[in-house]
Amino acid sequence: MSIDLSQFHQIFFEESFEGLDVMESQLLELQPQEVDAESVNTIFRAAHSIKGGAGTFGFMQVSEFTHVLETLLDEIRSGTRTMQRSYIDLFLQSVDCLRAMLSSIQAGSEPDMERAATLKGSFENILQGTSAADSAEQDLPSDTGNTTTADVTESGWRIIFNPSEDILQTGNEPFRMLRELQELVGADYLTVIPVTDNLPEFTSLTPENCYLSWILEIRSNVSRDDIASVFEWVADDCHIDYQPLCAAPLKNTHDDTPEIRTGAEQKSAAERENGIPPAEIDSGRTATLIPEKISEALEIAAAQKSKPSVSARTARSSEPSSIRVSIDKVDSLINMVGELVITQSMLGELGQDFDMSRLIRLQEGLTQLEQNTRELQESVMKIRMMPISFAFSRFPRLVRDLGSQLGKQVNLVMLGENTELDKTVMEKIGDPLVHLVRNSLDHGLETTEQRLASGKSAEGTITLNAYHQGGNIVIEVKDDGAGLNEERILHKARQKGLVPETQELSSEEIHQLIFLPGFSTADVVSDISGRGVGMDVVRRNIAELNGNIEVKSVRGKGSTFIIRLPLTLAILDGQLVKVKNETYIFPLVSIVESIQLQKRSLNHVTGSQYVMKLRDEYIPIIRLDEFFNLRSNDEEFENPMLVVVEGDNEKVGIVVDDLLGQQQVVIKSLEQNYQRVAGISGATILGDGTVALIIDVSDVGKNLEKSGKGQSRSEQAA
Amino acid sequence: MASILAVDDSASMRQMVSFTLRGAGHDVQEANDGVQALELASKKKYDLVLSDVNMPNMNGIELVKELRQLADYKFVPVLMLTTESAGDVKAQGKQAGATGWIVKPFNPEQLLSTIKRVLG
Repeated sequence: MSIDLSQFHQIFFEESFEGLDVMESQLLELQPQEVDAESVNTIFRAAHSIKGGAGTFGFMQVSEFTHVLETLLDEIRSGTRTMQRSYIDLFLQSVDCLRAMLSSIQAGSEPDMERAATLKGSFENILQGTSAADSAEQDLPSDTGNTTTADVTESGWRIIFNPSEDILQTGNEPFRMLRELQELVGADYLTVIPVTDNLPEFTSLTPENCYLSWILEIRSNVSRDDIASVFEWVADDCHIDYQPLCAAPLKNTHDDTPEIRTGAEQKSAAERENGIPPAEIDSGRTATLIPEKISEALEIAAAQKSKPSVSARTARSSEPSSIRVSIDKVDSLINMVGELVITQSMLGELGQDFDMSRLIRLQEGLTQLEQNTRELQESVMKIRMMPISFAFSRFPRLVRDLGSQLGKQVNLVMLGENTELDKTVMEKIGDPLVHLVRNSLDHGLETTEQRLASGKSAEGTITLNAYHQGGNIVIEVKDDGAGLNEERILHKARQKGLVPETQELSSEEIHQLIFLPGFSTADVVSDISGRGVGMDVVRRNIAELNGNIEVKSVRGKGSTFIIRLPLTLAILDGQLVKVKNETYIFPLVSIVESIQLQKRSLNHVTGSQYVMKLRDEYIPIIRLDEFFNLRSNDEEFENPMLVVVEGDNEKVGIVVDDLLGQQQVVIKSLEQNYQRVAGISGATILGDGTVALIIDVSDVGKNLEKSGKGQSRSEQAA
Repeated sequence: MASILAVDDSASMRQMVSFTLRGAGHDVQEANDGVQALELASKKKYDLVLSDVNMPNMNGIELVKELRQLADYKFVPVLMLTTESAGDVKAQGKQAGATGWIVKPFNPEQLLSTIKRVLG
């Protein structure tokens, strides 16, 4: 029977990657001076599982590599060697290497063995460096260590098998060993002679003990090693004596052996000589085993065994990504579906012979249906939610490596790691977060000398914090470094022509400059950040997720980057607005406020630009009906509303006819179903079946800046 | 055929073992660690226990010791699935009362032929 193990590969990869994550986080916490035994144990266990699994599933490169790593870990664990900083580094590199190897294997390609070989060499050098003699390299069981010469040429063996009295209590059963031996010799001759000399009086007999021993004679050219393997588990507690048999006849040999002269034995010998078929094995009074009987029984067993067919395995090619969902979430989903089914059958019954007297029940039923649907939706969304620790988990390592590379002492604090976030959003926020953390480390935190000089602690702190706020998740990346250098930023911006020489900017406006494309204040392009990929990319990535980013900075105290993201990409909290006969949707997160438009607060500025003074700010105004060319003539709004939205940290006032309700909408991609349209991020289907377009607020703002078209007639708006 | 308890903290190993054994017609229950295994074992008498050695919460060695304390498990074969081929772990296992061991890596065929040694 051959079983296709490839069906277990995916789960092996998943658990191995988890194991590597565990190893990494434990390694990062390890202090070489005070090694915590439990941590080392945990690391060892993870490595061990990977090795075992890899070996089982045929990934020998992985299991061989893990073996050397495990050997060193084992020495540390057992105390023959003490942990050193250099070992931790080596282990961490190995974790990376293993991760890469497993990823390649998972993707179906050959892993890069060069790196593994180098690391393996380093491990071997360490291992050979000391006299730690008993490395786990020895593979041979001690009992057969010295007598491994194959005796295949012998014509057979006489084995005196004298088990310990308590052999049965370890679950070992001599009878089964004899049966296995029979299987081993096959059709050849095996004689089993029980020795009952040690059998005590019945009154003093403990039924749980084994008082018998046996003399076994094998007329077969099986090797001693093969026979020893049958007794492998009991070799240490039993007396087993092997004597090679020459061509000498069986009868003579045991005639010479005084200790086997017992009644039972003589009887069986007599039976054999007389050709009487010996009895089957029963109790201790065993006679000769019958090869036919046993092989017959085994055949039946084999037939039964092969009955269940092994299902064909699907092609592995592209393994779909999977998420682990706690059973609670699935249970609540099933619960919800159950309730939905009840509501549905209730409504179905109601509809069969409906009259107006039952209207109230119908309304009740519909309310319930609405509630069920909402709960179901929430439960389904929860399935995609994962704690943000998945995105945070890479940072301890990153910060450690970068910190040592830059010679900065950094303490990483992570808060709110259990805050949940949609899986897709999580995957996409990873890179921007890495960029921000690198940035904080490289540009934000000062060097140790500078810190000490300005009266700070030598160790800088970077804090990652995640929490829910409204329908959003907020992620903060905070450092206690020098803060943004406003003069330098302004100088740079002027140099690049991003800000006119004469224009004065507030601190906040200066801070926003770092998000402009191509802006980098790093004097030297370092290996860590400042490679030209700047904060503008970060902001764009976040904007693609319908989120936004802002920075708060205090000179000398540090900076905080605050990212706001929707919890999910599939559903949006929207504000429905009416423009002419069309319904549009604004993402609720982007709306700052909605007000009645007052004509007197409108001001005409250069060109066709109109602005409105809203408290202390001037905000540009855009008419949505003009933007989408819905206006046939210069008709006036009767009672125009102004929706003030914020996109890309710019406020824009958008004029609409009316505000409708707020509701959650399911986003459908316009690009996939039609094509990209300026100012539109997607579409949705409303309850009455009509399609409503979702406004891309920052895109509208951008178009406004470019064309100025939207403002040409905004003086008529009011 | 036989009812078997497979104990391993690694899901892939556990599934491989139980898949193989189920394929051979055995009735298999899985446990993540010693604690869970002990709980299952205290409710039902299995014909064979296969256990990993290195596990969180309660490792395989401790599990055997605990099992042997149960009246039902005095003679039940308990096999350790171990990667340590050195005598150390085997000796510990034996001392704790384990019947024997199967050295990882093993393939399904080896597993089946080995458990035949202990199943009646």
